Amino acid sequence: MADYKPNEMMTVAAARALRNEDVCFVGIGMPSAAANLARLTHAPDIVLIYESGTLGTKPTVLPLSIGDPELCETALTTVSVPEMFRYWLQGGRITVGFLGGAQIDKHANLNTTVVGPYDKPKVRLPGGGGAPEIATSCGEIFIIMAQGKRAFVPKLDFVTSLGHGEGGDHRARLGVKTKGPTRLMTDLAVFEPEPGSNEMIVTSLHPGVTREQIVENTGWPVRFAATVAETPPPTKIELEALRDLQARTARAHGAAA
Amino acid sequence: MSRLLSLAEAVESVVHDGDSVALEGFTHLIPHAAGHEIIRQGRKRLTLIRMTPDLIYDQMIGMGCAEKAVFSWGGNPGVGSLHRFRDAVENGWPHPLKIEEHSHAAMANAYEAGAAGLPLAVLRGYIGAGLPAVNPNIKSIVCPFTGEKLAAVPSIRPDVGVIHAQKADRAGNVLIEGIVGVQKEVVLASKRSIVTVEEVVEEFGPRSPNATILPAWTVGALAVVPGGAYPSYTFGYYKRDNAFYKTWDTIAKDRDSFVAWMKANVLDVGPEVFAAQARKMLQAAE
Repeated sequence: MADYKPNEMMTVAAARALRNEDVCFVGIGMPSAAANLARLTHAPDIVLIYESGTLGTKPTVLPLSIGDPELCETALTTVSVPEMFRYWLQGGRITVGFLGGAQIDKHANLNTTVVGPYDKPKVRLPGGGGAPEIATSCGEIFIIMAQGKRAFVPKLDFVTSLGHGEGGDHRARLGVKTKGPTRLMTDLAVFEPEPGSNEMIVTSLHPGVTREQIVENTGWPVRFAATVAETPPPTKIELEALRDLQARTARAHGAAA
Repeated sequence: MSRLLSLAEAVESVVHDGDSVALEGFTHLIPHAAGHEIIRQGRKRLTLIRMTPDLIYDQMIGMGCAEKAVFSWGGNPGVGSLHRFRDAVENGWPHPLKIEEHSHAAMANAYEAGAAGLPLAVLRGYIGAGLPAVNPNIKSIVCPFTGEKLAAVPSIRPDVGVIHAQKADRAGNVLIEGIVGVQKEVVLASKRSIVTVEEVVEEFGPRSPNATILPAWTVGALAVVPGGAYPSYTFGYYKRDNAFYKTWDTIAKDRDSFVAWMKANVLDVGPEVFAAQARKMLQAAE
């Protein structure tokens, strides 16, 4: 099935990384699409948790906001926001957290706070929300982000959430016991941390993507694993499930006037 | 004991210039009608506290009500920027805005600590993150039992807490259902409070023994404002107007179109317009 968009490949690659037994803390946007695609395809029993308090969420359309009624209506139960962050996230009950950002560096630290200096920002971004604690409390972190030089930068303007810090055992030195970013899915490739350095290196190229394209769209001197795989293209089942989900969502949200 | 007032009387008597005010509602039950009334009454120099400033603080900041914002995620959910918030931070329009920025976990903990009457909240948070370097209200504390270093933030104890809820009963007790967010915590943490509700009923009737209820003696002013959360929503009454959240992006991008919209839809009208908006959402769902 050759007819698909790079964004669809990215979402499918992210969905495949999730396992049926995962308990996943889901962010809005691409993470929500990927997590629900996983639930609708190979991981029907995955537990999806949204920070608004919904546990075991099974939305039929993707939420626009983190607290859409659809989430509460389809959840096993809904808890308060303090309980969500204390018992469920900080309590260590989440196996995987899904994050994205405006900027990422080679150790998968993320910035969603500001472009430019904090006190006089060129662009004031929304900020961290749940990310600072998601990044350290979930068993591991998957990141989904479209690749480009403005987003994949040599140095972040602000560290909103910790990835592998300065690399190596930096997380452990900070007292963090969780794995941190184990996978980064982009529209071009899959990155994973190199054992030892914990620098994110390319381990799989999406079909038709060249190494030159990766280099052109990465702001640091990007490195490749000794053996680089080719990501299997989206299957018919994956693409249909994703497109159905997005079509239902578009109908439900209505168009902007 | 809760007092049933008109929304105008409630805001008039409870919210003063210079107050710290928390209008809460985690995407759900955002007290938009109360925010509009605060704008209409021209309150100034407020410290606006809210985890997700959302459209309501975009509007209050753009109309010059705020001196400072305390928040943890300042975007238009699923859409993009809050343009009036950004214009205040980036360009000082309509005047400069001080910010105090936290994470969701820290603010949720801080509301809970406020409700519990504690001076601070403790969490395993902010590890390796940049905010502690730019926010002096994020410090650390060492656990006296284990030696673990934990993050500490001051509890949130606003002058005024404002929420929207489903209903009150004749005695003034308030029932909250669905995504309950920090609704209970913010009312208990605040010195004074305003609760707007969709309706007042004789009695709540059958309900779970664990239903989220604020007893009348914990609630300050109570005002009936049908549709008062629109374009946010009230679970069991009407849905979130996701299309309007997208439209807001265009309205708020430009200062002139923002001011014109606020005049036509806030300054020149009253809280009664919210009922019509909720009816519109109900009809659209049918």
